[in-house]
Amino acid sequence: MDSVIEFASALCLLTGSFFCLSGGIGIIRFPDFYTRMHAVGVTDTLGAGMILVGLMLLRPESLVLIKLIMILLMTLFISPTASHALAKAALRSGCAPLLYRKDKE
Amino acid sequence: MKHTISLSLTLGAFWLLNSDHNTPLILSLGVVSVAFVIYLTHRMDVVDHESQPVHLTAKLPGYYVWLGKEIILANISVVKHVWLGNQTISPTLATLVASQETDMGRVIYATSITLTPGTVAVDLAGDQIIVHALLRENIEALEAGEMDRRVKLLEDSCL
Amino acid sequence: MLIAATLAILVVMALAIARGVMGPTLYDRILAVNMFGTKTVLLISLLGFVMGRPEFLDIAIVYALINFLSVIGVLHYSEYSELKPGPGEIERPRKES
Repeated sequence: MDSVIEFASALCLLTGSFFCLSGGIGIIRFPDFYTRMHAVGVTDTLGAGMILVGLMLLRPESLVLIKLIMILLMTLFISPTASHALAKAALRSGCAPLLYRKDKE
Repeated sequence: MKHTISLSLTLGAFWLLNSDHNTPLILSLGVVSVAFVIYLTHRMDVVDHESQPVHLTAKLPGYYVWLGKEIILANISVVKHVWLGNQTISPTLATLVASQETDMGRVIYATSITLTPGTVAVDLAGDQIIVHALLRENIEALEAGEMDRRVKLLEDSCL
Repeated sequence: MLIAATLAILVVMALAIARGVMGPTLYDRILAVNMFGTKTVLLISLLGFVMGRPEFLDIAIVYALINFLSVIGVLHYSEYSELKPGPGEIERPRKES
């Protein structure tokens, strides 16, 4: 039973790391600010979520679990607020997004 | 009144879970700080149905489950396009119309859009939401209105 | 596995710093700082487990809150400072690529 939980936790940590790394590559690779914001969204939602779930599986008893849930909830509530405020400030200060044009096809 | 009670319960639980000390001194300090925060929020006049949406509590878990599924699917699609490269993305800016009537409903809708990777609600004015999406298909999925309909249901069920 | 995840987070933080240094606009830099902050929260939680001291989670919670405040503070400054157009004057982006 213990080894099953350990395996599940390792799997969660691994997927979380993969999503975080992909987001990190995305923030370097994408062409403009607005598209980079989506890459950060990946690391904030599923990347952080999977890593925290992986940690929760390691200590499923005590207060540690509750604190990890608290951190997860905070990340999930805070990250959209911050990215919305950032995008709004950028658009209002005239930072024009790169847009995809149909006639390029 | 029920909003005040809900706020004090939340703050008290937050204090207890974070401190993990049960001596009378620490507990009384906790009671004092909770009372102080309640006093401050009453002075700021922010204790109402918007900061403490108790009327939504029963319906939220079902919506969260659906939203979680959407977030996982959207994450996989964004990660796929990170690795496929810049030629495969089609950044789009579009204006959507939210069908919700209360501010609360619109904010839930806009926040759900932002929380889903691949779409970010850039501006919210009246019932118009300006959305930036990584892919054209994301905008088409939002225009199809599945998320809009679910938030509307959530809102209607508690009026 | 904990160590591997910690290393991955460190790499992501390095990438965020790289974007912060390169970032052509101010907003790219704020975005990189925000990402760096959320990854710090994850790093502190992971390190707590690596070292066998889960008390580190308290620090992680405080760090998450401070990170949020700092981002909102910077954005409030950049949105309402006199250098930028006021809240009423929205400049619509032109279609160009």
